[in-house]
Amino acid sequence: MISNLTKKRVHDYLLEGKREGRGLLDYREIEIELGVSKNAEGSARVKVGKTEVVAGVKLDVTEPYTDHEDEGTLITTLELLPLSSPRFEAGPPKIEAIEIARIVDREVRESKFIDFKKLCIKKGEKVWGIFLDIFSINDDGNLLDAAGIAAVAALRNAKMPKYDEKEDKVEYGELTNKGMPLNKETPIILTFHKIGNKIFIDPGQEEEKASEGRISFGFLDGNINACQKGNDAPLKLEELSEILETAEKKAEEMTEKIDKAIEKALKARENRK
Amino acid sequence: MAYTKRFDGRKFDETRDIKAEVGIIPNADGSAMFAFGDTVAVAAVYGPKIMHPQHSQDPKKGTLRVTYDMLSFSVPERKKPGPSRRSQEISKVTEWALSPVVNLDEFPNTVVDVHIMIFQANASTRCAGINAAAIALAHAGVPMSDLVSSVSVGKMDETIVVDVIKEEEDYEEGEGATDIATAFTSNSGKLTLLQLDGKISPKKLDEAVEKARDACKKIYELQKKTLKEAKE
Repeated sequence: MISNLTKKRVHDYLLEGKREGRGLLDYREIEIELGVSKNAEGSARVKVGKTEVVAGVKLDVTEPYTDHEDEGTLITTLELLPLSSPRFEAGPPKIEAIEIARIVDREVRESKFIDFKKLCIKKGEKVWGIFLDIFSINDDGNLLDAAGIAAVAALRNAKMPKYDEKEDKVEYGELTNKGMPLNKETPIILTFHKIGNKIFIDPGQEEEKASEGRISFGFLDGNINACQKGNDAPLKLEELSEILETAEKKAEEMTEKIDKAIEKALKARENRK
Repeated sequence: MAYTKRFDGRKFDETRDIKAEVGIIPNADGSAMFAFGDTVAVAAVYGPKIMHPQHSQDPKKGTLRVTYDMLSFSVPERKKPGPSRRSQEISKVTEWALSPVVNLDEFPNTVVDVHIMIFQANASTRCAGINAAAIALAHAGVPMSDLVSSVSVGKMDETIVVDVIKEEEDYEEGEGATDIATAFTSNSGKLTLLQLDGKISPKKLDEAVEKARDACKKIYELQKKTLKEAKE
């Protein structure tokens, strides 16, 4: 909760282009740490400023969907934990969590980041099923973008578990050296917010509350794979054109930044072993 | 091979046959059907009425609440009845798409319920649902500053098409299919819904949204005509 007074102050600051130590199109620092849980096939902890999320990958052998008989499956969930903010309550995921999970799922899927065909064990019978579970640890705004980074980092970190074909059993705890079949390019989610005639990215919690409208893009290699306009603030077509132009440039810059952070985390992980 | 001819022979910027009718559910305060060819959506509006649960009441203004769902037999493979993550998300984005034109300032502590049900689905169901809901709201006499018109656009390989059908959603040649759902305030032309999945460049998306805007003008004409011809 923020008071109307705070909301107005933050709103007025943003209108003047003022933020705490950064410009409207500056992102906070991104920190990535891999291997949060030894029991996950892959996991990552991502901090964007004070916002923090963790993501884990669990793999299981399952039946494919009837319309994609030779492809692995992906189920993405996100929980907004009560431990991460006083505004979240326990219980089944509400729309805010569902929306974030579905946007992350769409970007991961539509960008073809995962080669699902390579996750087929026996066509029509057995494929690898991926559970991608994301949890908020501290909400200081922009959980969606952070969840996107965590999802990719956890997938990059994942190793396939051993699978005993005769016994039809996954031997958990025994990971192979084989990573997941992933695209070299990194998908990212970039959310733009609007106040008056100003657009800004990566809001802190107060800025997010003061925002008048948002639109999120999933990018891979310069193309948009997922998009969602959130909130009920309408957007003029000129505004959309402006955002798209900015997004194209910003996406390139952010992809490089996130790539570097993941690379760094992967190296740090190697050194720790 | 490039997508040079549509599966159903339509022009690239042509919607399917659109049909609309209001007053189809006598119990409701307002109701409407809207169809894009085989995609049929029905919407019913109830309210303004006192909001329940009470803790959801807003003492400053009324609330617009949308539920979207599909009949179990509206799709080839039976859909399990009841809300899903998909239907909850669509309900929310539909609410966002409609609420900019709905003014409930004079109805504190109330709710206007919009129930959308898909009877028959061949893609673009959320767009049909929004079009039906917009005229159902007007039919109910809810104060509105504008209507909302909605259409899907698709990019099939490199070709932009208006009002996507299931076969097109599943198109796999070249760059494959990108499915884009849009909605606009009908007169002022502001974007109130934008969702997409697939693969598209920012420039091409800009172009696609403009084509959607043009198609929505035609949809708006039908919405207006339907409302004018409505019987008491």
